[in-house]
Amino acid sequence: MDAIIKPTGLRTGSTLTEIVRVNGLRKVYEGKQRVVAVDGIDLAVREGELYGLLGPNGAGKTTTISVCTTRVLPSAGSVCLDGVDVVASPALARRSMGIVPQYNTLDRACTVYENIFFHCLYFGFSRNDARERTAQLLEQFHLSDRASAYPAQLSGGLAQRLQIARAISHRPRVLFLDEPSAGLDPQSRIAMWDAVRALRDEGITVVLTTHYMEEADALCDRVAIVDHGKILVEDTPAALKSSVGAQKIYALELDNYEDAPQLAGQIRELQGVFEVEPTPTGLRIFAGSADGLLPEIVRASNPYGLRDLTVTETTLETVFIRLTGRDLRE
Amino acid sequence: MPTMEQELVRSPSAAPRNAQSPRRMQYARAFLGLFLRDLYVLRRESIPFLIRVCMNPLLFLFVFTYIMPHMSDGAALNPTASMGGANFSTVLLPGLMAVAIMFSGIAAVALPLAQEFGITREIDDRVMCPLPVSAVAIEKICFSSVQSAIAAAIVAPLAYYVPATPVYAHVANWPFLLTVLILASLTAGALGLFIGTTVKPQQIGLIFGTVVMPITFLGCVYYPWAMLDRMPVLQHAVLVNPIVYMSEGLRAALTPNTPHMNTALVLVMLTFYLFLLTALGIRGFRRRVIG
Ligand SMILES: Nc1ncnc2c1ncn2[C@@H]1O[C@H](COP(=O)(O)OP(=O)(O)OP(=O)(O)O)[C@@H](O)[C@H]1O
Ligand SMILES: [Mg+2]
Repeated sequence: MDAIIKPTGLRTGSTLTEIVRVNGLRKVYEGKQRVVAVDGIDLAVREGELYGLLGPNGAGKTTTISVCTTRVLPSAGSVCLDGVDVVASPALARRSMGIVPQYNTLDRACTVYENIFFHCLYFGFSRNDARERTAQLLEQFHLSDRASAYPAQLSGGLAQRLQIARAISHRPRVLFLDEPSAGLDPQSRIAMWDAVRALRDEGITVVLTTHYMEEADALCDRVAIVDHGKILVEDTPAALKSSVGAQKIYALELDNYEDAPQLAGQIRELQGVFEVEPTPTGLRIFAGSADGLLPEIVRASNPYGLRDLTVTETTLETVFIRLTGRDLRE
Repeated sequence: MPTMEQELVRSPSAAPRNAQSPRRMQYARAFLGLFLRDLYVLRRESIPFLIRVCMNPLLFLFVFTYIMPHMSDGAALNPTASMGGANFSTVLLPGLMAVAIMFSGIAAVALPLAQEFGITREIDDRVMCPLPVSAVAIEKICFSSVQSAIAAAIVAPLAYYVPATPVYAHVANWPFLLTVLILASLTAGALGLFIGTTVKPQQIGLIFGTVVMPITFLGCVYYPWAMLDRMPVLQHAVLVNPIVYMSEGLRAALTPNTPHMNTALVLVMLTFYLFLLTALGIRGFRRRVIG
């Protein structure tokens, strides 16, 4: 364990270079109400990877990212980023990371241009280099025509783009994005996805958090599903989905849901059903993609007052439901 | 032997002996960047800055040293009637400069901090600069001291020329004046940092009534400290107020003929408050920005 987090281990690592390594991370907020926000997280992000933390509100995603980006001190555990211990040498570690927090932290007293320009100066650019870099980023993120606008005049999507541009302006090796699509309309979200993919292609490692399973699925090379401060599983989206086994989920809502266990017994006997589990208002059925199952389920559940039936394909949400018995949106 | 291995790997890239200097360079450039940004924003907002600095002393001087001496029954209302051998206008010159210095510290640090800690969380951007968090706080103090010094330089001629009665000022010891100005300006910034990190952002509006006004009125701004000798309890109680040393220090430097506090005591106390408030301010700042 110890050897992995040593800087030498990273530099001489032959096959896959780990650029972010989180070991046994715990964060407890002491106070009137003690909150265990992160409860033992271990993860490793490889260089060049697009890594996602997927989880519901309050799962501890922001806290995890905040520790990685030196804004929160961990109660236990360590984070090593590009060979630097972020707790021991935060100022050094900040040079290798860019961060787009969950909320807008643009400098309101400065224009779009100045936000990037001064950020470059903070990171040791000369004035000329800073000017050049700013012009290039404004171009790349299609912000050139808004260069003299103030952050308050930008739409949510533009502000988000500016935050990303600013975060990568000092050429960090890792970019952290906390809920990058929160508050964006679908169109801006897709534009943001494209921008993030382009960064990955430039060689920047991206770590993002999200509670949109579509986002994790569409964007990430690997996803860790987080709940109550713990990582439940971690794999590629495809592997996670296939781990469920089932291809379809039928969610039944019943009027007589007290008798659901009896119905569950019947449905389990049907061809192609893998598993049945009760929900507060009915049943959830995990099944293969066999044709003809739907009418049989309807026939069997009609006597129990079938009120509603939804069929969904397997998604990362299915994985989450399987692991926690809860809906990601609940 | 992990340590030896590490040394071997590291030594070709960065010699351990020089490891300190690029880091210092990194900090210095980040610090300078922050300072430049603040200067830039201040330059753009120079008109509001001037109005903020001038309004209070101008009104004060106008009412107490111009209108009142000109009133028909002026003698009764006239605060310029002699005060320890000095007239009120002369007492006000250093006093109003001290107030301007202190106000600038609050306006340049405490008020923006309340906003940055509050809804906008803009502070996170500054805190993510590649330098220690305490250096970000120190930059705020330094920049605020520049504003304080400018404010003092603006108020001085106002306080000299506006009053209808003559102001007796002369600087015998320039190094002492500069030392007091710098110490007072830095202390004002440290006070602003302390207040800005201690008071809840939602309650920052209350500090004018609860902190700024009391420390101004009990800060020997409008009267020399020595004149409190008939009220020994009060005279000793005000010694905890850092503004006292700002006004008394400037009084000693600018209007040496007015009764004033011992100059060594002024320097010692200003230094003491500078370190105390900076330490408390940095502690509060760290607590606010690092969870
Ligand atoms: N400063 C704080 N003090 C006390 N509790 C906190 C603090 N910050 C976060 N928490 C708690 O820690 C838990 C995890 O919060 P966190 O913000 O990391 O979740 P999240 O996964 O980012 O959620 P969201 O999707 O809502 O952003 C929550 O229960 C939250 O209430
Ligand atoms: Mg969050």
